[in-house]
Amino acid sequence: MTSDRPHLASVLRRTAAALAIALAPLALTAAPATAAPGTATPVSTSTAAGAATPAGTTTGTADVPTDCSPEESACVAAFVLTEENDRIPDVAVTITGPEDFSATFTTTADMQSVAVPVVGQYTVAIDPATLPADQPLPEGAATEIEVTAQTGATARAAFRVGADAAAPAPTQEETTSAPADDGGEAPAESDGEGVGAAPEGDASQGALTWAQVWQQFGSGIRFGLLLALASIGLNLIFGTTGLSNFAHGEQFALGAAFGFITINQMGMPVWLGAILTIAVCALTGLAQDAGVWRPLRRKGTPVMQLMIVSIGLSIALQYVIQLLIGGGSERILSNNPRPLNIAGITLSTASWLSMVVALVCLVGIAWFLTRTRLGRATRAVSDNPALAATTGIDPDKIVRIVWIMATGFAALAGLMWGISFGSFNWQLGVQLLLLMFAAVTLGGLGTAFGALVGSILIGLVVELSNLVIQSDLRYASALVILILVLLIRPQGILGRRERIG
Amino acid sequence: MDELIRILTQSLAEAIAPTTAAFAIAAIGLNLHFGYTGLLNMGQAGFMLLGAYGFGISTIAGAPFFLALLIALGAGLIFAVVLGIPTLQLRGDYLAIVTISAAEIIRWIGRSTWLQEWTGGASGLQGRNYKGTFQDLSPLPDGRTTIGPLEYINTGSDSWWTRLFAWGVVAVVLLFVWLITRSPWGRVLKGIREDEDAVRALGKNVYSYKLQSLVLGGMLGSLGGVLYVLPLTIAPDAMGRTMTFFAWTVLLLGGAATVFGPVLGSMIFFGAYMLMRTGMRALSENTGVGNIISTTNVEQIGGMLVGATLMLLVIFRPQGILGNKKELAFNVR
Repeated sequence: MTSDRPHLASVLRRTAAALAIALAPLALTAAPATAAPGTATPVSTSTAAGAATPAGTTTGTADVPTDCSPEESACVAAFVLTEENDRIPDVAVTITGPEDFSATFTTTADMQSVAVPVVGQYTVAIDPATLPADQPLPEGAATEIEVTAQTGATARAAFRVGADAAAPAPTQEETTSAPADDGGEAPAESDGEGVGAAPEGDASQGALTWAQVWQQFGSGIRFGLLLALASIGLNLIFGTTGLSNFAHGEQFALGAAFGFITINQMGMPVWLGAILTIAVCALTGLAQDAGVWRPLRRKGTPVMQLMIVSIGLSIALQYVIQLLIGGGSERILSNNPRPLNIAGITLSTASWLSMVVALVCLVGIAWFLTRTRLGRATRAVSDNPALAATTGIDPDKIVRIVWIMATGFAALAGLMWGISFGSFNWQLGVQLLLLMFAAVTLGGLGTAFGALVGSILIGLVVELSNLVIQSDLRYASALVILILVLLIRPQGILGRRERIG
Repeated sequence: MDELIRILTQSLAEAIAPTTAAFAIAAIGLNLHFGYTGLLNMGQAGFMLLGAYGFGISTIAGAPFFLALLIALGAGLIFAVVLGIPTLQLRGDYLAIVTISAAEIIRWIGRSTWLQEWTGGASGLQGRNYKGTFQDLSPLPDGRTTIGPLEYINTGSDSWWTRLFAWGVVAVVLLFVWLITRSPWGRVLKGIREDEDAVRALGKNVYSYKLQSLVLGGMLGSLGGVLYVLPLTIAPDAMGRTMTFFAWTVLLLGGAATVFGPVLGSMIFFGAYMLMRTGMRALSENTGVGNIISTTNVEQIGGMLVGATLMLLVIFRPQGILGNKKELAFNVR
């Protein structure tokens, strides 16, 4: 059965081919990406509110310009929130800082941010006398919040008011989470403003309109496409090796982290940074397979043991990412997003581009899996490695290609996630991992196209559930679906019964 | 030299800290799941957090200590049943995915503003609100006691009474686990771990036994959660995935499917973790190492080493310190 043997002869060329496949769609879209430099980032971590109301615009009259863009300077923003997270206008705010800096303005319904001349500690103070009478400052709450302004970011000071408001919640975008310097306590996980944390601006307020649903639908598709790009790799690895790779989320976050380092810190153009990021991350996949997974497969290590090894790898990688980018939230592109309205959905231009890239990649993967010899060999190994081996396919080589593809695409997805969703932190990986698991379980573990269907559905569920439940619980809705799927149809939408054993 | 003694004392203190005992109990629960039955529970932190909430919220609502403890155990029981019914008939990694997801759901709900009235949201519940009933039980006189290099107050948050109680519970749980795992019931569990179909052929209801094991281990997890928050506060973000992974490392280090493994693993793991962190911090502060490794990096390097330890342990010594390699077939269904 030599005719079934893949044509490409050498390992090297196969590797190169897999890399080329991973990079090809990117090269296609690299041109528009460079043609529109600085298509960029929503400032807010909230996907819905951030896209719908681009931050930094202002309509109010103020004593100082309050439309700071963190592109060239550091910004300090202040807003006063009611218990329902509505912004209160007409409150006097004073920002003071080093070098006798002082600025006073009144809040409006939009976010107000002031450009500050130097980085450093700034004190944001509100005048309690200007608060509405029915929204007093809670007992003992501070009227001043200290924030640290940094170049390329907006430091935010939030005041929460209302009759029985909880403790004021000063949020600061550039939080450097202080590692628990505890000495005696057990390790604590600091999860300050993760992706799962409640972003400001909650779409669940107010009446539902079709425009809102349509907008969330668009965000959901964006979420789903990026999730699909990442989870197809997870599913291919599961299909070919049987391993539920718990470190896949970290591969995703690694893409965002390397993107931050190359594009933001080293100042490379987006396309070059993206290619470098994908190449480095694909190499981590190759190295992992060669150094860890292949020897363990040779030894015949049971799959469950491999899974715990992948958990160990995920812990280690998590802290590597923390070493690389620090404990705070980072953004890959530091300038303001340019909103673009297509068919009534307003997303940043970068988001639309990311969606196109993701779609092209997904079509490319589909073509690879169904039309090329190597892709068919991959599916054959997924179905039955032993049988595939007897027909002349080398499962080890296929698995190596799958690892390279999976890590490369996960990195690309993570990078585009970081670009289109604004800021991310080192916890991005684990949060997304659970959604990826939900997506592949929903679609059917081990089936590549199931991952696509499942991801789109999970993306839609997450973004649309934003309309009815609190936004800090929207990821939970996806996990509830995961549990429901296992109750009703454990093999998933496209899965087959015998896989679930 | 003083520095060295200080570091060693801190490590010793950490090895007998009440939180170490709490991890030991959580790992004993995991041991029932994984070591004896072969279930992969990746959400032990969810059980612990539920136990902590059950205890804290019911105490604040006015329940006496033992009732609050029962409520905490009940919360773990219900959680285990809810998770077990859909997943225990499926392959092992489904249980792993569902438990880790469910634990995250619990944490997200706990830190959300939705139930803030009871859970305290992201900032959690303050220790002084729920520790009263526990500290009133203390038979120790007032004052401080020094034993060797360690000195604590007799009754309070970080006290001898908390330590005494926590390790007393560990002893009782150890006795309990030793008794049930050598009973016919325990032998059925081991049979399920080795060969599910063979046990089914003997007429046993495998599903029911798995559920019983999940419930029992989950309740131990909740008990561990209660012990964990007695000297601290209930903070949902401190009880996330990292906690589960630490419990797994503790279990695999000590040796799965052994009675004393989790306890030994917990003491060694936390003692060594503290030794490593304080040692690196001291090096970083006092020597030239500080130019390469700053004190903030110490935590991150520590975390990396934990991950690497878990990997190496599973690859090269899956049976841990006390385990028997033959008994740990690892191939869970």
